[in-house]
Formats: sequence, structure tokens, C-alpha cells
Amino acid sequence: MPAIDIHDRPALLEARRLAYARNEEPIFGPLDFALHEGEVVLIEGDNGAGKTTLLRVLSGLLEPTSGEILLDGAPLTLAKLSHQVALLGHQPGLKGDLTALENLRFAAGLGGVRAGISPTTALAGVGLEGYSDVPTRQLSAGQKKRVALARVLLAPVGLWLLDEPYANLDLDGIKLVNRLLELHARRGGAALITSHGAYAFTSGTPRRIPLRGTLRETVGEGDVA
Amino acid sequence: MKSGSTTAACIALLRRDLTLIWRRRGDALNPILFALIVVALFPLALGPEPENLRRIAAGVVFVALLLSGLLALDTLFRGDYEDGSLEQLVLSPHPLALLLACKITVHWLTTALPLLVVAPLLAEMLNLPHAVFPVLLAALALATPLLSLIGGVCVALTVGMRRSGMLLALLVLPLYVPVLIFGAGACNAAQAGFPFLAPLLWLGAGLVLALVLAPLACAAALKISLS
Amino acid sequence: MNALTLWFHKIGSPPTFYRIAGAFAPWLFVVALVLGTIALYGGLFVAPRDYQQGDAYRIIFVHVPCAWMGLFAYIFLAVNAFIALVWRIKLSEILAMASAPVGAAFTFITLVSGSLWGKPMWGTYWTWDARLTSELVLLFLYLGVIGLYHAIEDRRQAARAASFLALIGIVNVPIVHFSVNWWNTLHQGSTVRLMGESHITGAMVWPLLVMALATHIWFFASVLARTRVGLLELEGGKDWAREVALADAPRETVTAHG
Repeated sequence: MPAIDIHDRPALLEARRLAYARNEEPIFGPLDFALHEGEVVLIEGDNGAGKTTLLRVLSGLLEPTSGEILLDGAPLTLAKLSHQVALLGHQPGLKGDLTALENLRFAAGLGGVRAGISPTTALAGVGLEGYSDVPTRQLSAGQKKRVALARVLLAPVGLWLLDEPYANLDLDGIKLVNRLLELHARRGGAALITSHGAYAFTSGTPRRIPLRGTLRETVGEGDVA
Repeated sequence: MKSGSTTAACIALLRRDLTLIWRRRGDALNPILFALIVVALFPLALGPEPENLRRIAAGVVFVALLLSGLLALDTLFRGDYEDGSLEQLVLSPHPLALLLACKITVHWLTTALPLLVVAPLLAEMLNLPHAVFPVLLAALALATPLLSLIGGVCVALTVGMRRSGMLLALLVLPLYVPVLIFGAGACNAAQAGFPFLAPLLWLGAGLVLALVLAPLACAAALKISLS
Repeated sequence: MNALTLWFHKIGSPPTFYRIAGAFAPWLFVVALVLGTIALYGGLFVAPRDYQQGDAYRIIFVHVPCAWMGLFAYIFLAVNAFIALVWRIKLSEILAMASAPVGAAFTFITLVSGSLWGKPMWGTYWTWDARLTSELVLLFLYLGVIGLYHAIEDRRQAARAASFLALIGIVNVPIVHFSVNWWNTLHQGSTVRLMGESHITGAMVWPLLVMALATHIWFFASVLARTRVGLLELEGGKDWAREVALADAPRETVTAHG
């Protein structure tokens, strides 16, 4: 498997002294890290450690209290970011009254579609082939998560920000997430995922960033090449 | 790998919202029923003498539609906020103001347009002279989109608050006052035989301004609320 | 230019502003009270009777300055709101939110005093003329800003949302005034008009101006006092706020900390 030389170009996403506080209570930071193409980084922390907030800051929804974020070496703006990032937030972002396929079609219309994939194939890709006509509100939490993953899969972006992608999923679902991450990284994409469990990312261990107040990044056991 | 065009995105959004409303089309009757009840209360409170009712007819219809719209305003963003779709709209690569304008348009089509259709019935219940009907409809056609646009900005500020009904009313009513004055005023002027074009033109001017500015303000307000 | 911006930065820092405001506010209150008393004395006893309204007109010495302050406070609020939204300066956020209740109070006094004046003037406590109606809408705008500010948990987000509302509202006030004016011309039945062009003689002017000065000073004193509280609320976790709290603490606590 050809290794992508990750040190050739500027990092896809870089955070410098990034910190966020709400009502003067520090939520996380100062944090420094860089994410390159082909990498998957795991942000760990207990509940309330600020993982979700960090992802929302990185996605441009929140403004950091201090520090800066660089996208491809240039300062971040929401406009630039929206073309390059897909966020899987706490809620699946799906309308209950629409079927899974309709939800994906809407996402395709809103955000565009990666080459070589369609809403139908994305749905099949997450193992929900027979469920295209089921109203989303009738799906289980795990199935809704899979539809949300399909949405991320469809997006023509290089950077995935996934908040608790393993939540609500069974063993098959966890394997699915790992497989999708692997494929994405191999394509040259990058992903930042949060989790409070210790789920194995099969193709090597992802670089880990612990979030416990004000710790800096510790480099883990190696990068995905 | 490139994102779709903005037009495609707007069409997708319009389609989605219309589909959602269609799937719950029973709910669309609620604003109409509310307006009917409000209008019916006035003769019950003031007595059935046609002369009394005739004098207040246009104003009451306007207020009934205004209050109806106010109640319906909450549904503009609540559903999307609760399931995370609103965030996805903010994060999409297209101008948020344009997307919100699409949402407000669908909201107006499905809450205010039915009220416009019912307005002649409401006016008839209060003995409004038939000659004033066209002016009433013109005024409502100009005022209701204006109310939706202004309301949209205020709802964006309170999105996600539980029990925001009273606060929303407090925020929105001072902004509704000029619209009500010009709208109902045009009808009253027509009823009294005075020239009524000026207030309608003012409403029109306000509408044009709001069409341009309100979506932008709504987007800014939403970004503040979601932060 | 550099010295000026440096001075602004220094003033804008919460601990500095807290100290300066604390030094000025009490004195400003005293001055305002003194001036206000002088103005009231002048208005109630020294100024001559109006040949039309007798003594009833004397309420303008309260009503008019409060009306001016209601509008001034809103402009102060709007300017700070703008700075807070564009440059995200903490102090501006707090100044804006501090001025809202004060402005609302002045507007309320304007409405009540106007209403009390209405009885001897027009025989009614309330009338829907342009100025009173716009004043009422202004009060609702203030209440909306205050309500929104208190409805949001995150203090800074709350200040930004309320500031945004204030800016929308300030556009609305002249529009409302204009529309109500038009509406009054429409309903020609109303013969009520306020004093008309005020031809107010010299002897009546000075208490009015002194009261205007007094209310301005009171406004600033009040805003400074409220801002101090707001700063402590917002910066509660910081060192300087802790020092302030400890400085005011009773003796035993201080020795316990060594």
C-alpha cells in the first residue's frame, strides 16, 4: 500500500493554542495539533471533557476563545471550511418524516456528491439496502447512525469530523465505521473522531489526543499510511 | 469532487420542506382554525350589530392573521433545530441567507397563504363592505410576507429556547406595529372613502427591503444563536 | 493615535474599568441628586405659571428630560451593541446590557408622567398620539432586549443576541413614529395634540436644562454601577475578581487564607 508522504504539504487542518471557554469556564485548551491527509486522529476524553465542543469549533460553528485554526495553511473561515468538511454531530441531522433515501437525496442536493457514489449506493454501503423506503423515525438509533454515516460518505469533502461515530452501533456497525475510515484515509482524506470508549481502529492505532482540561497533544503509536 | 450548485441546493431544500409539510398536512389547518375562532370571538364580545362590527372588521381580520402567524412562527426552525438539520444548513457550502429565504418562503406558503384564502370569509363574518375586499387582500398579500420575514429574524434569535412563546411575542410585536398600522390603515382608509394607495406602497417598499435584508439578518441571528 | 488606542485598551480592561467606575459612580450619583433637587425646586417653585395650563405644565420638568434620556439611552445601547457585535469587546457587551434597564426605567417614567399630565391637559390618562405610542413601543423594545438577555444561559452569547435585537429595534423606532403619525392623520376624529410647538420662555428653560443634565449624570452613574456588577458576574473566575471579593471579605476569612 503506497504511503502518502504526509510531510510534503501543509497540514490539512492545524490548530495552534486553540482554547474555548464558556461563561469564563474553560472547556478545553490550549491545544496544538496538526492533521494531515491520510490520517485518522482520535480525540479521547470523558463525558463533559469538551470533545463535542472541540469538533464544533473545528467545523466553524463556534468561534474559539483564543488560538487559531489553519486550513491548508491559511486561516479558517466558515465559507472555506464548508466546502471541505463534513460534520457528524450529536444528532443525526435527519428528518424523521422522510425516508432514509429521501434524506440522502436531500443531502446530495445540498452538499453535492462525491464522484462514483450515489444516495442508493451509499445506503447500501452502510448495510441498509432494504430500508430505503422506511421513514427515518421508524429506524432504530443504530440504523439512524448508519444513515448519518451514509450522508458523510456521500459528501465530496476531504475532512471528516465525526462526533462519537461508534455510539449506538453494534459490533458490525463498529466494524463498518472502521472500514469507512480506512477507505477514506486511503483515498487521501482525513478524519477526526471523538470517542469516550477505547474502540480499536483496525488499521494501526490512530493518533490520540486526550482532552482533559489543558493537556497538550501526546503522539500515539503511529499514523495510518 | 465538487459541491452542487446553489440553485440545486435551494431546489432540494424547497422540495424537502414542502414534502415534510405535505406529510403532515393536517397541521396546516391549525392556523386557519385559530383565525376563525379569534374572529368569532369579537361579535360574541361586542354584540352582533352589523354597524359595530363593520367598523372594526378590517382591523380584527388583520390582528387575527397576525396572531395566527405568530403562533405558527415557532415551527419555522424548531424541527430542524431539534434533529440537527439546522446545523447542517449552516455548514453547507451555500449562502445561509439564501437557504433561510427558501425556508421562510415555504413557511409563508403553507401558513399564510391558506389564511389569505380564508380572509374573505373572515371579513364576511364581520360585515366588511365588499368594496373593501380587494384592498384587504392586497394589504394582506403585502403584509403577511413582511410578517414572516420579520418574524423569521426574531425566531432565529430564540431558536432552541424552551417555552419561548411569550418572549418571541415580546420581541416581534414592536416590529409588527408599523406593518399592522399601514395594512389595517389602508383598509380603514378605503372603507372611509379616503385614498389608500400610500400605505400599500409603504408596505410594498418595506417588503422589498425585507426580502433583501431579512434573510441576511436571519442568518446572522442564527449564527449567534447556535454559537 | 497610538497613545489613544493604548488608553482605550487600558480603560477597557475589566479590572481597570471596575476600579475607575467604582471611584466615579458614587460622586456622579451625588451630583445628579443635587442637580436634580435644584432643577425640581426651580421647576416647581421658581418658574412662573403657564398662562394656558396653570401649574399642571410643571410635570414637563420630569417628563421631557426622561423622554430625552429614554432615547439617549437607546442610542448609547445601540452604539455599544454595534461595537460588541463587530469587535466582540466584552466591556461594550456589558455597557450595552447595563444601559437597557436604565433606559427602560426612564421610558417608563416618561409614560407615567405623560399620562398624569394628560389628565389635566386633555381630560384623559392615555391617548394614542404619535409620541406616546412610539414611547410605548420603545418601552417594549427595551423589555424585549432585557428579556432576551436573561433568557440565554451563556452570558456572552446572551449579550450578543440582545445587542443584535437592539440594533434591529433602533431601526424600528423612527418607522413606528412615522407610521403612527400617518395613522393619526388618517383618523381625523382625534383633536388631541400635544403642546404644539413649544414656546417656552426663558424662565422656564433653565430648570429643564438642569434636570436634563441631572438625568444624564444619573444615567452614567447608574450604568457604571451596573457595569461593575456585570464585570464581576462575567469575570467571576478570574484572579482580579477573586482579589476584589477577598478585599471585601470579613477579617477571619482573610487570615484563614494567610
